[in-house]
Amino acid sequence: MSVSAVLAILVGVLVAGGVILLLERSLTRVLLGAVLLGNGINVMILAMGGVAKNAPIIGQSAKGDQNDPLPQVMILTSIVITFAMTAFLLALAYRSWQLQGHDEVQDDVEDRLVATRREAEELEDTGADADLEAAEDARAAVEETPSPDDDAALTRDA
Amino acid sequence: MIGVLVAHALAALIAPWLVGRIGLKAFPVLALVPAGAVVWAAANTSDVTAGRASESVHQWVPSLGMELAFRLDPLSLLMTFVAAGVGSLVLAYCGRYFAADEQGLGRFAAVLVAFAGAMIGLVLSDDLLLLYVFWELTTVLSFLLVGHNADRQGARRAAMDALIVTTFGGLAMLVGAVIVGEAAGTYRISEIVANPPGGTTVSIGVALLLVGALSKSALVPFHFWLPGAMAAPTPVSAYLHAAAMVKAGVFLVARLAPAFADLDVWRWSILVLGLTTLLLGALRALRQHDLKLLLAYGTVSQLGLLTVLVGQGSRDVLLAGLGLLLAHALYKSALFLTVGIIDHDTGTRDLRVLSGLGRTRRRLAVIAGLAAASMAGIPLFAGFAAKETAFDALLHGDTVDVLTLVVVLVGVALTAAYAWRFWWGAFATKDDVPDRRCTAPRTSFELAPALLAGGGLVLGVGFSAVDALLSRHADLIPSDEKPLHLAGWHGVGPALGLSVLALALGAVVVLVQRRLAGRPVPAEAPRRLVDARVAYVLLVRGTERLSVAAARATQSGSLPVYLMTILAVFGAAMTTALITGLPWNVELRTWDEPAQGAVGLLVVAGTILTLRARRRLKAVVLSGVVGYGVATLFALQGAPDLALTQFLVETVTLVVVVLVLRRLPSHFTGTVSSKRRRRVHILIGVAAGALMTMLTLVAAGAREAAPVSELFASASKLAGGNNIVNVTLVDLRAWDTMGEIAVLVVAATGVTSLLFLRRRSRAMPRLSDPAADSPVWATDPATSGSGPGADGRTGSAGRATQGGSAPVPGLLTVVQHAAGGSGTAKSAERWLVAENTLAPERRSILLEVVVRLIFHTVLVLSVYLLWAGHDLPGGGFAGGIVAGLAFTIRYLAGGRYELGEAAPVGAGLVIGLGLVIAVGTGLAGAILGDAVLQGGAWKPDIPLLGTLKLYSSTLFDIGVYLVVVGVVLDVLRSFGSEIDRQIDEERHGRTPTVERAPGSTR
Repeated sequence: MSVSAVLAILVGVLVAGGVILLLERSLTRVLLGAVLLGNGINVMILAMGGVAKNAPIIGQSAKGDQNDPLPQVMILTSIVITFAMTAFLLALAYRSWQLQGHDEVQDDVEDRLVATRREAEELEDTGADADLEAAEDARAAVEETPSPDDDAALTRDA
Repeated sequence: MIGVLVAHALAALIAPWLVGRIGLKAFPVLALVPAGAVVWAAANTSDVTAGRASESVHQWVPSLGMELAFRLDPLSLLMTFVAAGVGSLVLAYCGRYFAADEQGLGRFAAVLVAFAGAMIGLVLSDDLLLLYVFWELTTVLSFLLVGHNADRQGARRAAMDALIVTTFGGLAMLVGAVIVGEAAGTYRISEIVANPPGGTTVSIGVALLLVGALSKSALVPFHFWLPGAMAAPTPVSAYLHAAAMVKAGVFLVARLAPAFADLDVWRWSILVLGLTTLLLGALRALRQHDLKLLLAYGTVSQLGLLTVLVGQGSRDVLLAGLGLLLAHALYKSALFLTVGIIDHDTGTRDLRVLSGLGRTRRRLAVIAGLAAASMAGIPLFAGFAAKETAFDALLHGDTVDVLTLVVVLVGVALTAAYAWRFWWGAFATKDDVPDRRCTAPRTSFELAPALLAGGGLVLGVGFSAVDALLSRHADLIPSDEKPLHLAGWHGVGPALGLSVLALALGAVVVLVQRRLAGRPVPAEAPRRLVDARVAYVLLVRGTERLSVAAARATQSGSLPVYLMTILAVFGAAMTTALITGLPWNVELRTWDEPAQGAVGLLVVAGTILTLRARRRLKAVVLSGVVGYGVATLFALQGAPDLALTQFLVETVTLVVVVLVLRRLPSHFTGTVSSKRRRRVHILIGVAAGALMTMLTLVAAGAREAAPVSELFASASKLAGGNNIVNVTLVDLRAWDTMGEIAVLVVAATGVTSLLFLRRRSRAMPRLSDPAADSPVWATDPATSGSGPGADGRTGSAGRATQGGSAPVPGLLTVVQHAAGGSGTAKSAERWLVAENTLAPERRSILLEVVVRLIFHTVLVLSVYLLWAGHDLPGGGFAGGIVAGLAFTIRYLAGGRYELGEAAPVGAGLVIGLGLVIAVGTGLAGAILGDAVLQGGAWKPDIPLLGTLKLYSSTLFDIGVYLVVVGVVLDVLRSFGSEIDRQIDEERHGRTPTVERAPGSTR
């Protein structure tokens, strides 16, 4: 099946633009990136439909003269869902502006914390004190049931 | 059989309500459910004993070969008695144990009943996978029960430990079950046991099954979770940790022993681990001061013994094991319940503090004495009969059996010693300890342990009554010797001698221990070796550390980095696919028509300009141009539906984005990506784009099969529509559309919850609101702040006059004296209902007139599109968006009060109605036709109009239409009205009451 070069190039341009915007930090740009990307994929599906013919409406043209309806159905669904996503991203951008005064995507705080956890802390955390921790765990586990004897033994172990 | 389980499930469901209604009295009522199971089991006893096992099989997941297969045979009958019998007594006991104001009692009751049901289901299952489901169900429910006192850290930790250990075992067991099931060609346990598969794989599978069983039954090295789990309320310990859950492992061993006991991996792991557990648990029990911990370690020890007996693999030993299982359930739960009473009435479980209870609580002491005697193996009691049978059986075995016998004998002696330690510790009068005060006894409280302990005596004397039942399971292992029988008294013989020896040894241990009592406990060197808890903690910690390292290596926290990773993987995968797909079959044509090229140029230009725009508004408008361009391409390509929808959606999007942009800074601000980074982004983007172009070319050339859509035309005809695209959406592929409107609804809910934070529609802005006096969209703070004293609409009218003298901003903004300004106005004299709420400088008479003239026309158009969609371009989506646009222009012309007046129903209501219609159509298809969303037609003859054709898909489309209208309304209210309101509040110098409690507006 032959492809329209114009459409193929358009797919490339739209996807490229979409990806570039998607990689930005401003949510407004991310949003526009998503819209462009969506358009690009829609054009791609459209190109899969083959040579431009008539609308797939029975009675308006001969059957062989009509476009494939399936890509159109997919695109229609995609258009509506892109709209839903646009609205949601907008709400995110607005909320981010409300809370932080801008709409930039921040790095995930938890991930940063994990990534920057000090090496020293890590060293302290290994080896020798594992027994102690085990003892603490054991004590906590039976703390509902006081048994000084057990505790003493465990502490000695440590 | 399913009825029993359903009864438990229902009881669990109503339990919270029942407890809320009648409080503690609910427990005895709920106890009737497992009691019913006991009655049911009793009614089946004679059949089962006679060898007629009943089965009940229902299909569940046929594709996985999973069945709801239940089977009542001697072993499951025995376990049903244990699980349901002890369960009902414990439930009844709970009614006395807890205080009426205990936290979370309703949930506790529900979980306990559900647990009883899960346990019964477990023992009745005849399908390995079904067994696994119930197995994990008991694990999860026991987690909830152990963690009942969730405010205590110890309880939470103990619950977590039990969960992790038993789930680990459970997962191993699942793998084992699949291996064994696949090797046997069936998952039915009865068939596997009848025809056990063999081979190395099966050995591995059986070993994995054993891991599950041993972890559940707290055998070494998994034993540590059980004493920890004593953080649970005592009735839970009595049920889960004495009678039911920990017996699940023993049950599984007993179930599979006839098939696999001769495997080496089975024999040795059972023997070594079981005997180690027996000794270890008993020794630890002797060192406990907490009565409950003493029993817990005792249970660990007994579980080791039970596992050895039922798994040892000879018929007589298995019989003894089954007897001991029953005896243990009776005495151990009785003892736990006794501890519960002591704890409840004296406030302590420490045997160093308890003294004199034997005198003040004589009845309880007798009950506990009966149970402890059974545990110690005193003649006439159930424990004695079971253990003596075990001695007898082992005595006649080979060398390994005799060695086993020696260890078992020591274990039994130690058991007798700690049984004494328990009774002495709880009830004896100790010289140097003052008598412990104790509340008055309550007969109803002591009923459950009394029944259980008495049961031990009755069973001990009349053991031969259940011998026939238990023998039937034991007989699954063939034996050529004269079979032993369980009985209260076996006569004088070597076995009796061993029993007496064990008791004597126990007495020696007691004496030696008393001698040692004053001295400090020597530190145990080998203890570290057997303390699996340390290994467990290290393992958990190691896992945590590994996950932190993995997170550090892969999670940088930066969205662009994540996206780049995804794109890189996508690019690599696609490139590989492209290269392996060589040679390609690419056919190219320049364009379908020159117009395509022209529009293409426009789109390319729009895209590049969007990338370069530094102002938000500019970028948005340019991307809108791209959108319209693509819509034009759709139109050129013979896709009128797409073009229509894309044009409409693009328009709504533009309006909505602009509504938000008025709040955001006009330029892109903040950390503008550095040049270098930007260059990387462009590189990745261009690479992705080039890849997609290649994909488009190659994929189109790779199409070989005939498109599925060739049948769509005739299918549409059948469905009664000419517009194939629309018919596909609402009929042929209606499921997809159902998913799509669900996405719409979710997105709209997301939007509103981000904007309103609490409720979708706080009071909609209506003219009747008092706040409607302050002008909407005022540009001059002085003007808007001037009229708090003004009453009614006159206030805004007055301001409107004032505003007339202000400089007129903008071209189309016509300053106008409010038509009904004097307060005597009739609404008919106005163009728009709420036009007077606008700040005067914001009003545009032209817009108001136009909106007034076209609003209803547009609505009619939207309905036409909806209706015509079946045969012509249009449909629910397009129609819905057109209707949404009608409301949008009302809002733009008249502000939020106008919108509130134009659509005075909540957006949630419209969406909900749409969903109900769509889903209802689908369900109607299922009820009236063969499948969900099955199409149907109704063609009534209407006089004058002729035949009206109504298709179910039309109804579905109406649902879609309503959902879309509701979503657009929702979005408008969020980004329009709500942001307006927040701006106005800020203008009045108040922080926006974003999180105002619902209803406080009034």
